[in-house]
Amino acid sequence: MTSIYKSTEPSVSIFNTPSYNPQLVEGVDSVLIIGSGGLSIGQAGEFDYSGSQAIKALKESNKKTILINPNIATNQTSHSLADKIYYLPVTPEYITYIIERERPDAILLTFGGQTGLNCGVELDRTGILKKYNVKVLGTPIKTLITSEDRDLFANALKEINIPIANSIACATVDEALAAANSIKYPVIIRSAYALGGLGSGFANNDQELKQLSSQSLSLSPQILVERSMKGWKEVEYEVVRDRVGNCITVCNMENFDPLGVHTGDSIVFAPSQTLSDEEYHMLRSAAIKIIRHLGVIGECNVQYALQPDGLDYCVIEVNARLSRSSALASKATGYPLAYTAAKIALGYTLPELPNPITKTTVANFEPSLDYIVAKIPKWDLSKFQYVDRSIGSSMKSVGEVMAIGRNYEEAFQKALRQVDPSVLGFQGSDEFGDKLDDALAVPTDRRVLAIGQALIHENYTVDRVHDLTKIDKWFLFKCMNLVNMYKELEAVNSLDSLEKDLLQRAKKLGFSDKQIAVSISKNACTNVGELEVRKLRKSFGIVPFVKRIDTLAAEFPATTNYLYITYNATKNDVEFDDHGMLVLGSGVYRIGSSVEFDWCAVNTAKTLRDEGKKTIMINYNPETVSTDFDEVDRLYFEELSYERVMDIYELEQSEGCIISVGGQLPQNIALPLYENGCKILGTSPVDIDRAEDRHKFSSILDSINVGQPAWSELTSVDEAKVFADKVGYPVLIRPSYVLSGAAMSVVNNEDELKLKLTLASDVSPDHPVVMSKFIEGAQEIDVDAVAYNGKVLIHAISEHVENAGVHSGDASLILPPQNLSDKVKANLKEIADKVADAWHITGPFNMQIIKEGDKPLKVIECNIRASRSFPFVSKVLGKNFIEVAVRAFLGGDKVPEPVDLMLGKNYNYVAIKVPQFSFTRLAGADPFLGVEMASTGEVASFGKDILESYWTAMQSTMNFHVPLPGSGVLLGGDLSKEYLGQVASILAPLGYHLYTTNETTQKYIQDHVGANSPVNIIEFPRNDKRKLRELFQKYDIKSVFNLASKRAENTENLDYIMRRNAIDFAIPLFNEPQTALLFAKALSAKVAEKVNALASDKVIVPSEVRTWEEFVGFRAD
Amino acid sequence: MSCEKATFTIKNGPSFEGKSFGADKSIAGEAVFTTSLVGYPESMTDPSYRGQILVFTQPLIGNYGVPSTEERDEFNLLKYVESPHVNVVGIVVAEYAYEYSHWAAVESLASWCKREGVAAITGVDTREIVQYLREQGSSLGRITIGNDEPVEYVDPMNTHLVEQVSTNKPFHISGKNPSVNIALIDCGVKENIIRCLATRGANVTVFPFDFRIQDVVNDFDGIFLSNGPGNPEMCDITIANLKELLENPKFIDIPIFGICLGHQLLALASGAKTLKLKYGNRAHNIPAMDLTTGQCHITSQNHGYAVDPETLPKDQWKPYFVNLNDNSNEGMIHLTRPIFSTQFHPEAKGGPLDTAILFDKFFDNVAHYKFMQQSKRKLAAVHQLDLTVDKLSKERVLF
Repeated sequence: MTSIYKSTEPSVSIFNTPSYNPQLVEGVDSVLIIGSGGLSIGQAGEFDYSGSQAIKALKESNKKTILINPNIATNQTSHSLADKIYYLPVTPEYITYIIERERPDAILLTFGGQTGLNCGVELDRTGILKKYNVKVLGTPIKTLITSEDRDLFANALKEINIPIANSIACATVDEALAAANSIKYPVIIRSAYALGGLGSGFANNDQELKQLSSQSLSLSPQILVERSMKGWKEVEYEVVRDRVGNCITVCNMENFDPLGVHTGDSIVFAPSQTLSDEEYHMLRSAAIKIIRHLGVIGECNVQYALQPDGLDYCVIEVNARLSRSSALASKATGYPLAYTAAKIALGYTLPELPNPITKTTVANFEPSLDYIVAKIPKWDLSKFQYVDRSIGSSMKSVGEVMAIGRNYEEAFQKALRQVDPSVLGFQGSDEFGDKLDDALAVPTDRRVLAIGQALIHENYTVDRVHDLTKIDKWFLFKCMNLVNMYKELEAVNSLDSLEKDLLQRAKKLGFSDKQIAVSISKNACTNVGELEVRKLRKSFGIVPFVKRIDTLAAEFPATTNYLYITYNATKNDVEFDDHGMLVLGSGVYRIGSSVEFDWCAVNTAKTLRDEGKKTIMINYNPETVSTDFDEVDRLYFEELSYERVMDIYELEQSEGCIISVGGQLPQNIALPLYENGCKILGTSPVDIDRAEDRHKFSSILDSINVGQPAWSELTSVDEAKVFADKVGYPVLIRPSYVLSGAAMSVVNNEDELKLKLTLASDVSPDHPVVMSKFIEGAQEIDVDAVAYNGKVLIHAISEHVENAGVHSGDASLILPPQNLSDKVKANLKEIADKVADAWHITGPFNMQIIKEGDKPLKVIECNIRASRSFPFVSKVLGKNFIEVAVRAFLGGDKVPEPVDLMLGKNYNYVAIKVPQFSFTRLAGADPFLGVEMASTGEVASFGKDILESYWTAMQSTMNFHVPLPGSGVLLGGDLSKEYLGQVASILAPLGYHLYTTNETTQKYIQDHVGANSPVNIIEFPRNDKRKLRELFQKYDIKSVFNLASKRAENTENLDYIMRRNAIDFAIPLFNEPQTALLFAKALSAKVAEKVNALASDKVIVPSEVRTWEEFVGFRAD
Repeated sequence: MSCEKATFTIKNGPSFEGKSFGADKSIAGEAVFTTSLVGYPESMTDPSYRGQILVFTQPLIGNYGVPSTEERDEFNLLKYVESPHVNVVGIVVAEYAYEYSHWAAVESLASWCKREGVAAITGVDTREIVQYLREQGSSLGRITIGNDEPVEYVDPMNTHLVEQVSTNKPFHISGKNPSVNIALIDCGVKENIIRCLATRGANVTVFPFDFRIQDVVNDFDGIFLSNGPGNPEMCDITIANLKELLENPKFIDIPIFGICLGHQLLALASGAKTLKLKYGNRAHNIPAMDLTTGQCHITSQNHGYAVDPETLPKDQWKPYFVNLNDNSNEGMIHLTRPIFSTQFHPEAKGGPLDTAILFDKFFDNVAHYKFMQQSKRKLAAVHQLDLTVDKLSKERVLF
């Protein structure tokens, strides 16, 4: 294959000299960029960041950009970035349609994660790229294939004598067993072409290997069996190479957790801390040798295992694309990897590009860090039932944080608090009991707490913790510095006896004011508060300093606005005369809060800048666009705690602070900020609190005559029983204190109520429980709105597809609403007006409202802040709600006139937003939808009607394969309702074969579909996964409809087994009646067209393939 | 951690108070900074840092302890360090790691500093110091331990530092499957330079900096000019020797390779000029472009002086590499003869190994020369100095 790059030989061409003479790829005016789709475990917000940077880089070079990405909440899917945007499935099929329609000159495959890369490989294999003469910019397809196929990869590395873990490719379980016995246990299993290590794991014996390999082979045609090097150090390098072979390593990173834990689930430090020059450069040289040999043009990540007591090493993995690690490396160093990779893809060489931070030096250099960066993953495993909490070679975390400090302790403690604001810093937990050694030896999401428990409270030595965890002693020694500081602080028994020197040293070790207060209080007679410590600290003159991230350790002047805060300094890098407006970002991505709040924060900053305001962003999430330093005037990569926000507010003498665009996290500190003199823009935090406090909230609704389900606040189990009997089961309970499991739950009878209130939570006068009537079978509606001085300026009404009871974050939203009368719409507007007025709202708010037949509407939830659905409603209606909100914040003549986009408006399109789940990653977790949110992301698609948009949106979820007529459908679940029968009777005439697992269900279905459509029973082996898999194959099961009405009581439950295996075998699962029905209807409407299109030699572009602009009719922001 | 107070002071500049973790000895020297992320044992033993106070921008130093400073490899070269002793007079770090962890470590950085009489200060804002040094340019500094009387500022650039670090007598390192003989002029050579030559198959004879190299050319297949500390103009004897060598038409084909100070000396001997940089380049991340090909390399550097490329005699020399950060000269290559030199350190230690290929290039020159000389060799004059290998020392001979 000939290269698209005319020359692969270097030439003397430097950006700031007369010799500058870039040889760019010719004939490229338009570029198709492949996005990564919905956020899921293993593939999250980092690709919004990398894609956005790529688009910026292309635009700067005057390229027309066409983007495919159904993730409507992303920043990249904005017209301020991409020229054309398609909210369509990221699949070879749909990309082909876009290529047919747009005829792009070139395509970028390495900015959309594994999904984008896999599509590219497939499009090349099927000859589409060649047929349409689409150039692949950057790393050639051949290199992508080599880096992805473990066999090819192993051979390539052998050619250059780079050691790789001994690995044997296997296609069957028997082959895997033979391989393991030749390599010798323990072994690690990996599957090719899987994102984030999916289907990977360790096996210590034949039995474990059998189980693991059969599951892995269900996901991938080929697995690799490799030598396990548990306990070795894990080190990563981010490497960049241009078309002429100039190479740099931008960053190296060392995992705190030794090899064995997926790097996405590891605590990571940058730069490496325990490597000598010899080790550092041995691995650096190897990385460069590899990337040159493979022929990468752009960015690449190399992961190593390094012997902890010698110089042996081997390559674990190479990702020839932008990755989570490259996003982290970009934020850790300030070096914009994705931007540079995109420029290189166009043909620029490294010396032809300026370092975007200094502007005067070249991009062809390696950043030097004069700080240390800590990354800690965020898991949300407690949201799931039956989930396996161990972490290993398959990633489970949903987000990550990055903290910057001038020493290990400062960065580590910041990061620990960022992951969970209820954590003080490095601390223990008594949850492990006598299982502490196990908790140390077997990594789980809780291990860092086990280390804290062992070192702080159980007097474990560094040696003992090292023996159990294999974590390098250097990290543990540093943790001991924190242990010793705790002891010193605990010995202080009053605030008066806290001396300046000790306080100063504690701050240098990253102790928060609150952490110091709690430590002192331990042995003090009176409780010391965070604010008292703050006051004392400031009276001592102990205040933090602001330092710049400049990529070169201050060697050259660089006026960057990328900042962090440290106590290990004596001088500020910046002056504080901007008095900019603070915007608090979303913090860590977790279930319920992710890229949508990043979109809100970015758009807030953008509007403020458009209005001539200086902006200061605070956020600590390395996967975000809001932490790109060119989005704001100043970026503080910092904690979103009261202490830190107030520090920055005071240092900057800020004009005001926006707390309502970053989700719940910044909202939580609004009141203390306000009470201590911080000017909050928009709705007063006092009013916000009146909505957050369930009791106050419900009382106010009663007072303004807005309906709500019957509710009460209760302090004992008996009171709860009385209330439940009065309103009737089911009831929804929200404990204020949770012992374990989900915070909110639906209780169906008295036994469950007792169980919930005694075992899972505490109910007492100190810990009241709010209970409300749970309304079943009702419709739920989301209202997103912006108000100014209590008057609604703009609002959007989205209908849920699912019945009320499914968490709104897991619900499918339809906009504009299709089934609501004008009267209902007017009613909803009235409620919005009343709520805006009662809470004196200025800025964004969101409500969830229940409609039960013709009964009065009932409000079940109200958040006085931007909601998860703000980007969705903004993009669907073509009106940026955040822009309106910011103008409301600013007040005066900035405030736009009120507009009603709902009543009396006609839209000739519909958009549906559907949840993206990650159950595949969460072994064992029950894929059931309830009042606790379980989805990790969302996607949305447009269509001419509901069926078309739902059809497209469902295909946009990851790895969704439309079941084609002729395949088997497995049916099960609740037979007391008609839903399952209705689904079956729509599917049967389309030519699907129907199966159930028992006679009762068979009879129920048969009654619905009639005698002409046979319904057969599959005998389900409960415990033999392999057998089960064979059965799924034998009956060609390509979809599962399991409409269970409640969670499984145990893992033997047939419905649970059916749901779980659908996930494990990567088969589409419908587990909720309304969505099941809607999809069945969509199949009925669209599948024949698809069958025809797939059978045709020609590319027949279906009607849903239209740009955002074409659907909405104009170029919205 | 009962550490004594220490103060780092920049002449005519600010003072920074921290804690001492090294020798109980107040010192003075030239304050310089390095932005390297790793390699403190290598940097501290690098003779080019002679007399300097080294400020590390990497805030955490001492993490992996200090490896053996005595262990030797197959060539009888020091395995883990670049010379037998620490050459800096003091180090300044943001945070010293009181506990270290590494398989190769035998002692802590603190104990090594104490043993070697090196002052060390921790707990100061090194970023602030670097910003000051960057703005003010090269500065003198001192570290005062406890309440000691501060010592006088000394400018090591006024002393003949090379004399202090060069071997006193020639010594010999036998190469691996040796095929060529190389003469090395030691102005403060790093062990890894000799190793880079020996592993490629050279027997290396290391001569004192003032040795009349022009007298022994015929015994060797190539000449190497090492790195070293200080102002190149102080090495007038070496420059004069090199000048004679270069100007002797008999030696027109002898391959020469110079690194760092060796590069500067070669330039001065060729008639070019050197200049003092504002604050020098000390880092492991500096891009240098090969002006003959356009290829870029990331290089390891440690120098306060540089060659002024404008002064290179254009009829004989051309710039070989250029620093892409500040456009300073990074090397020169002869238009017709097999001679080149670099300002950066292809031998690394510490730093990136990207330019090790230059040793291969030198060896290509050497092999070619040797092949061409084979017939002429018997005609060579016999000189008076006995360079019989058996009689030479096997390691460097210092005072």
